[in-house]
Amino acid sequence: MAGEVKSKLSKNLLRMKFMQRGLDSQTKKQLEEEEKKIISEEHWYLDVPDLKEKESCIIEERSFLRCEDLVYGRMSFKGFNPEIEKLMIQMNSKCKEEEIEEDDKMEADVSDEEMARRYETLVGTIGKKFLRKRDQRVLKDDEDEDAEVEEGNNTRPSKRAKKMFLKPQD
Amino acid sequence: EDAEGERLRLSAGAAPQGRLLCGPGLRRSGAGLLVTTCGLLRHRPGGGGAFWVDSQQKRYVPVKGDHVIGIVTAKAGDVFRLDVGGSEPASLSYLAFEGATKRNRPNVQVGDLIYGQFVVANKDMEPEMVCIDSSGKSSGMGIIGQDGFLFKVSLGLIRKLLAPKCEIIQELSQLYPFELVIGMNGRIWVKAKTVQQTLIIVNILEACEYMTAEQRKQALAKLSGN
Repeated sequence: MAGEVKSKLSKNLLRMKFMQRGLDSQTKKQLEEEEKKIISEEHWYLDVPDLKEKESCIIEERSFLRCEDLVYGRMSFKGFNPEIEKLMIQMNSKCKEEEIEEDDKMEADVSDEEMARRYETLVGTIGKKFLRKRDQRVLKDDEDEDAEVEEGNNTRPSKRAKKMFLKPQD
Repeated sequence: EDAEGERLRLSAGAAPQGRLLCGPGLRRSGAGLLVTTCGLLRHRPGGGGAFWVDSQQKRYVPVKGDHVIGIVTAKAGDVFRLDVGGSEPASLSYLAFEGATKRNRPNVQVGDLIYGQFVVANKDMEPEMVCIDSSGKSSGMGIIGQDGFLFKVSLGLIRKLLAPKCEIIQELSQLYPFELVIGMNGRIWVKAKTVQQTLIIVNILEACEYMTAEQRKQALAKLSGN
């Protein structure tokens, strides 16, 4: 009885999603193909043989800049315009990276060692500024540790115990 | 690859490895190249190989990426019209300067000199220029300052002057301090401390085209002697 009902149903109805859930893959494919056929037959196309795209290894270029190795057009000599002289070195030594490195070394006002020394102390002082109250107290205790050994002995271990994360046992 | 006319063989035997660059003066036609201007054929073996024709011209044709000197002829709303020596005036937007915003406009007047590069330059459209590079920095482009002298030379001399380690420039730089801007459209702007020095440099550069190296060195020797 189900078969009879199916044959009397219209095509459009059978194309609907809920009817297709029960179908097996083969009939689905057939239906899809039929649909595609209908759609593609409606399309217009040129009945012309395909032109093969030329595999060109030639690039056309109208600018001399890419062919010849031209320098930058703005120049200054004997210190007439110091900014342009700096720019000249920058632009023309793009191929030569060594020169750029040398320039950087020359321009450093502070030596590397001094920088490292300053930075060491700087990190500490600025870091203290952003500590929360609790952390500040611990820091202070750490600093006073050397001076007064006995004081705060009892409190410190318990505080430390509180700070550390205790892994819950299984 | 062959070149038309008398079918010259360009590359000796082996097929080109990468893409061959065919520069100004050459056109692609079929499987070979067509020469469109008269001049010397030059070849650069590096970077995949490049061929171009070194021709002599006085008339400039705007090309994308070229740095040129333009003269401001008009201000039309948000855009400046520049004369670059081509068939059409180029347009330059006021926002195409470093650090320019709608409120902070560049101080450009009619008659100013601008050093910029083309972003659009083809035969179908009006050429457009900008004074910043792709990262937004001016890198030397923009309004060229006060004083100085602008003059025109042929395009061949421009390319000679812009070649790396150009003798003319090296010899001139020994004379006295000065500033130089060379535009690919044949225009050169020079500025030195005094008017006389500026004019001397201008005359040497103009005459350089037809002087041999010997004559040039003689002329410079006379000058530095004085």
